[in-house]
Amino acid sequence: MTESGDRFLVGNQREQISRFRARVLLFVPLAAILFQVYVPRFFAFLGYLELPLLVTIYFALMRRSQIGGLFIGACIGLAQDSLSIKQPLGMFGIVKTLVGYFAASVGMRIDVEHSVIRLLLAFFFYFFHEFLYWVLQRGLLGKPVGFGVQRTLVLGLLNAVVGVTLFHFLDRLRERA
Amino acid sequence: METLLNRYRNITVLLLVIFGQLVLIAVQVRNDQDVRMVRVWSITAITPLARILETGRDVTSGFFRNYILMHDAREDNRRLQAEVDRLKMENQFLKSEISTADRAKALVAFKARTPSKTIAARVIAAGAGVNSKVVFLDRGSGSGVEKGMPVVTPDGIVGKVIAAYLTASEVMLITDPEFAAGVVSQKHRVSGTLKGQGQANCKVDYVASEEKVEVGEQFFTSGDDRVFPKGFPVGVVRVVRASSPYQEILLEPSGLEHGLEAVLIVLEGVHQAIPEMPPANAPVYLGTAPPPAPGEQALRRSGPAGTDADKLVQKYRQIGEAENVKFGEGGPGSKIADFNARLPPPGEQPPKAGEKSPAGAVNPGAAQKPPPPRTPAPQPPQ
Repeated sequence: MTESGDRFLVGNQREQISRFRARVLLFVPLAAILFQVYVPRFFAFLGYLELPLLVTIYFALMRRSQIGGLFIGACIGLAQDSLSIKQPLGMFGIVKTLVGYFAASVGMRIDVEHSVIRLLLAFFFYFFHEFLYWVLQRGLLGKPVGFGVQRTLVLGLLNAVVGVTLFHFLDRLRERA
Repeated sequence: METLLNRYRNITVLLLVIFGQLVLIAVQVRNDQDVRMVRVWSITAITPLARILETGRDVTSGFFRNYILMHDAREDNRRLQAEVDRLKMENQFLKSEISTADRAKALVAFKARTPSKTIAARVIAAGAGVNSKVVFLDRGSGSGVEKGMPVVTPDGIVGKVIAAYLTASEVMLITDPEFAAGVVSQKHRVSGTLKGQGQANCKVDYVASEEKVEVGEQFFTSGDDRVFPKGFPVGVVRVVRASSPYQEILLEPSGLEHGLEAVLIVLEGVHQAIPEMPPANAPVYLGTAPPPAPGEQALRRSGPAGTDADKLVQKYRQIGEAENVKFGEGGPGSKIADFNARLPPPGEQPPKAGEKSPAGAVNPGAAQKPPPPRTPAPQPPQ
């Protein structure tokens, strides 16, 4: 992509970088993890929502910092791992680190304020996350698990729709310049 | 070198982080041990929030559960109230049915008792108008009903037929202002004319002020009007006011006292005597009889004696039989019974003539032959 193309997509990058308060960066991921471990106890169907991933994608996209994105992804992933007793620490950590990094990379290049772009990105990164996790399970742990493409696509769409709504809500938590 | 690091800084950090986590996984997999510290941190961070959430959930769900329970209780209350209302209505209906059955039974008994020829009829409608004192019966000229026939119930007169149609007849009630009938009081035989007033009570007119009429006294039909046979109850005097030249007497009609559903139309009236006493059908309480005394047991078993006089007659009759004395026979000086003699206890055969009876018992032979003295008679000195 040429420099003019980058400008066309991103506009003024400095103006587009979003900033969040430290407590937002702390409590929103925490709430997302809490939602994932707590709410499905009462509403099993909500277990299909991968809120920690959506939060990782959002912060990585909006902060447009690859290092920041990968650290956010790593922290959320490790926290998720630590709440999954039967899983070694680092599985979700690696996956979400990569998601955070690539999401930040994408956020640096295209305008992520648009809902359709957000929908597509959320869908893509969900699929990427699930696929990478499956690869790690098979490659690192040697678990003979399958990968349901159709199921993943449907859940990706569901998470993308929820993600767009969530991103809209999280936009309100941004610091105003 | 510095430029190179700056250029590849991000990817370097990424690779380091990934590498670090891979090492972490490798250590865990190789040693089959958990990295407890990281888990402790996460759980320590998550559990307080989870506890707060759980408390909030408990409170919220408790509130909603209570609200739903209250809502259910309210719904139950409403349903039970509706059921109570329905049962009340049903109870009222059944009471009404029982009352109707009782009245029908009384009507049948009265019909059998009265010498007049009557036909039973049901009130099927009331006359139009707020002050209407007219009802329609389901018997008409087809059943032999004619204009002018009296209509009564076991409690008293109701009115008279003012129009007879084929299947129904119209009856003017005694409370109608145009109604009039000859009546006579039960106690003092004071004659008067019953008139309706358009109200619940009727008036007895043309009773001279010197005549004696008491409150509570009952009036009967006198038969003078040639409509109502003599001797049917009319009502009870509720108010008596002295006035000139006639007393003002208000009467509560007894025929309308228990409502009007079934009545009797008198086809052929027969005059009856006015009872001296209040009607015998007035309910009188009768208590249970007292238990018999031990001495009375035999007398009660031996015959149908009821009163004390009956028992005494029966006792004397038994004494007479035991002593072979026939009452009402024999002239002066003939044998008389010992009425102070004691009868044998129940279940024991009365002693036959000549046999020695137990102490105190009646010995019929004793009357004819005196018993020998137990001690020798004193001899005169020689």
